[in-house]
Amino acid sequence: MADETTDPGPVTTLATPIRLDFDFTPGVAQSKFLRGLERGEFHGQRCGVCGKVYVPSRGSCPTDGVPTTEDVLLGNSGTVTTYCIVNVPFAGQSIEIPYICAQILLDGANLSFMGLLQEIPTDQIRMGMRVEAVWVDEAELTPSLASVRYFRPNGEPDADYDTYKEYL
Amino acid sequence: MADSEVLHAEHRLEYPYSRSTGPVIGAFLTGLRDGRFLGATGSDGRVIVPPTEYDPITSDDVGELVEVGPGGVIESWAWVSQPLRKHPLQTPFAWALVTLDGADTALLHVVDAPGPDALSTGTRVTARFRPAAERIGSMADLEAFVVEGGAS
Repeated sequence: MADETTDPGPVTTLATPIRLDFDFTPGVAQSKFLRGLERGEFHGQRCGVCGKVYVPSRGSCPTDGVPTTEDVLLGNSGTVTTYCIVNVPFAGQSIEIPYICAQILLDGANLSFMGLLQEIPTDQIRMGMRVEAVWVDEAELTPSLASVRYFRPNGEPDADYDTYKEYL
Repeated sequence: MADSEVLHAEHRLEYPYSRSTGPVIGAFLTGLRDGRFLGATGSDGRVIVPPTEYDPITSDDVGELVEVGPGGVIESWAWVSQPLRKHPLQTPFAWALVTLDGADTALLHVVDAPGPDALSTGTRVTARFRPAAERIGSMADLEAFVVEGGAS
């Protein structure tokens, strides 16, 4: 038994970490999207039946149930369809609050995805705002969405509601 | 890497939980840290190891904690010829239910043995604890059981 000077006292807590290690394979279609990010480009895929362009593509059209085979290079700009201003701190937060989380419909795409919006005061964000991707330095590009530093307003006039109302 | 090659990435999802042990499990873990086993006395006089916080028959608080082991008997076992990365031993071993001397219930742990031929139901085993400086109050403070009188 330990003496008084080294006695750590009775055990009252137990560390029980739950950990899942896994190897993620994005598949053929998403790998193309990620390879594009490594070059500073957004790549999508078009459905041969309905003509919609998905980004990132899962390799098939969820509406028509067919493989998406045509690769499409999308623009660097897009339209904010909707957004959320984050004011609530949470564990693991890496961005200073408040910040804007926006759904962005890239030019040429028929599916919006979520992006961080910066270089604009939070009270000036609006639906239809035209934005562009800001990429990390070329040496830091990786096949990951971390290659997109954030989106920012690109100075164009707001898009007409009719151009993005289908994507809300 | 060619563009046609499919990507893959290693991910880790982890929740760093910490649990309160309570007075009974805490005492049991404190015992392991001290290199000994404690069991709880039930209302019918049986000794429960590992201890439960409440009597399995009456649901009252369990009685006095008593020391058991460190030797015991294998009740049931299964040989693992190819240990997985997260198993407690990285050499072939057995999962076993061991009833410690003085206990009336069995404890699940591992037996470090040279091979399945060394084990059978009824084999006497004894505890091999980690060195005192490495013990933290965890089930892993008990490194393994080994066959009594055998080479460990």
